[in-house]
Amino acid sequence: MREFVLLQGDEACALGAIKAGCRFFAGYPITPATEIAETMAKELPKVGGTFIQMEDEIASAAAIIGASLSGEKSMTATSGPGFSLMQEAIGYAAMTETPTVIVNVQRGGPSTGMPTKTAQGDVMQARWGTHGDHQIIAIYPSNVEEVYKYIVTAFNYAELYRTPVIFLMDEILGHMRESVYLPYESEMMVVPRTGETGLAEDDIFHPFEGDDQMMATPLVKMGKSRFHVSGLVHDESGFPVGTPSDVSRLLRRLDNKIRLHSDEIVIYDEFMTEDAEILVLAYGSVARSAMKAVKMAREDKINVGLFKPVTIWPFPSTRLRQLLKKVSAVIVAEMNLGQILFEVSRLNKRGVKLEHLGKVDGELITPQEILDSISRVKSEIMDL
Amino acid sequence: MAVSRLTKYLRQDRMPHVWCPGCGNGVIMKAFVDAVDRESLDPDRIAVVSGIGCSSRVTGYLNFNTMHTLHGRAVAFATGVKLARPEFNVIVMGGDGDMMAIGGNHFIHACRRNMDITTIVFNNNIYGMTGGQYSPTTPTEKIASTSPYGNVENSFDIVKVAMAAGATYVARSTVIHYAQAVQFIRNGLKHKGMAVIEIMTNCHTYYGRYNSLSKPQDMLNYFKTNTIQLAKAKTMSPEEIGDKIVAGEFVNVDTETYIDRYEKMREKALAAEGGERE
Ligand SMILES: Cc1ncc(C[n+]2csc(CCOP(=O)(O)OP(=O)(O)O)c2C)c(N)n1
Ligand code: SF4
Ligand SMILES: [Mg+2]
Repeated sequence: MREFVLLQGDEACALGAIKAGCRFFAGYPITPATEIAETMAKELPKVGGTFIQMEDEIASAAAIIGASLSGEKSMTATSGPGFSLMQEAIGYAAMTETPTVIVNVQRGGPSTGMPTKTAQGDVMQARWGTHGDHQIIAIYPSNVEEVYKYIVTAFNYAELYRTPVIFLMDEILGHMRESVYLPYESEMMVVPRTGETGLAEDDIFHPFEGDDQMMATPLVKMGKSRFHVSGLVHDESGFPVGTPSDVSRLLRRLDNKIRLHSDEIVIYDEFMTEDAEILVLAYGSVARSAMKAVKMAREDKINVGLFKPVTIWPFPSTRLRQLLKKVSAVIVAEMNLGQILFEVSRLNKRGVKLEHLGKVDGELITPQEILDSISRVKSEIMDL
Repeated sequence: MAVSRLTKYLRQDRMPHVWCPGCGNGVIMKAFVDAVDRESLDPDRIAVVSGIGCSSRVTGYLNFNTMHTLHGRAVAFATGVKLARPEFNVIVMGGDGDMMAIGGNHFIHACRRNMDITTIVFNNNIYGMTGGQYSPTTPTEKIASTSPYGNVENSFDIVKVAMAAGATYVARSTVIHYAQAVQFIRNGLKHKGMAVIEIMTNCHTYYGRYNSLSKPQDMLNYFKTNTIQLAKAKTMSPEEIGDKIVAGEFVNVDTETYIDRYEKMREKALAAEGGERE
């Protein structure tokens, strides 16, 4: 039976994570992500999992990586200031290929910013926040039902690609309550954690060995494997190495395993793009306003469509490039001063008209604001 | 020979190690595997977690499940390891800078929680890895590369910090008191709850060279002649003890650990739910 329940975004995130097999959560309170920790504190003990409130976000990120390397699926949740503190550990997870999920329920920044107000200012930080070259997967749902569904995807990607996955939300999405249909059990694909493999007594497991240099070997449980992991540049054995070719090989493989699979990883939604001359690009809670605006504009006989990236990283560039060939204008609506606009402009080789609707006052972009932008752009392209 | 009894605990294919000849880190590494051997622990059920520093490189040579993590964060990583796999013996090893400066917060909170982790602090009173800067345990007035005219800061007494923060096993020894160090590590491994074993060790390369003890044996002699055992120290005035090293077991109490309490709480949660344990 599909369950119909009233859920807050933060709660949906926690419950979906448990559904995905998360059995360890470490976190530190911060608005607007606290309810995720509170739900985990209540629910995890009942399913054999463990919750701990750590002394800060650095410790939280460290603890979830430790737990994951030990064999449990793990997660933490935070907002801007805490996300900044976690960056070094996120790099460690990327370097050691540790599957784990870091939720960032975005609020206004920089610094303490606006704790109770919404923003989308961390999408580039999700991509480039930690030092060094690396790829990342970042998923950003746009309603409560999607939060529940895509947090499971986040855990699956973490396992499949052996990488930290950033799960972006925003204050609106975290705090909004909606009646949602939970997916059927059969609709939920959960990638299991590989158990302790049949290792011989003296086998030392090589945590990073793979027949295909593009992929990661699944992480086995700590135990007989007696593996060594290090944030130092290492070879397949996990132990430090230093020759230029070793270094390059590791960094390129870490990059390849995600970049060369972006077509399998990317998720996006489209609405009425077939005949669109104007494309609205929006993600997260703004995508809902955008959907409404598109419907309103269609009533005014404007041929407009919506493109909604769900994976912000890797960015769904292949599909967007195709759409850029067909449309006359793109409106990027986002609650920041042009972060995804920058990504779109890189792809806009044909020089399609790019309009930015950026809002940073802590309020959600409304359907009317997007509709106004659509009408303006429509009249401008007619004038051309 | 004693060595052959212990070599199986080391990843010999990873030798030679990175440490300077005569560095005390090797002595602590040996004391640790000696303790593991004497306690007949199952190597497949041992996880050793370290941070970053000369001492933290120890995890690369130990033939257990090992994690070389981030500077200062080993205790936090280990907390995740222990909670995910309570059946493991979880050991943290690292330097005075790693554990008392950048990782000081994680250290005191693990003590407060009585997390079941055995923590071995390699105290060489200096940042060895980065070339001899002063650390939170560098004594006042001693020379380091960032205190060229003498250290103006007060220093931490690791034992006192651990005791005040709530560690339930706290001991100190030095690399020249090998048998005692092994005994304290054994006690720490057997102990249920947060165990802190501080072992004074020589970084003659930096701390020694800057402070007129540039040969390993100079520093070992210093440890030998300047260590007072706790029983004796109790009969002495603070003035008499001065800046000497007091070795011994300072705390050894049995109380509930974090995991003991968590499991009790779990029963409560399940009872409230009327549910079954999965
Ligand atoms: C976040 C961060 N800051 C600084 C460093 C540089 N660093 C590496 S080791 C170290 C200090 C090591 O001192 P200690 O922990 O006492 O270990 P030792 O080398 O003396 O054994 C520092 C500052 C780092 N690796 N990471
Ligand atoms: S620098 Fe000091 S602590 Fe590091 S290996 Fe050399 S002697 Fe040991
Ligand atoms: Mg040191």
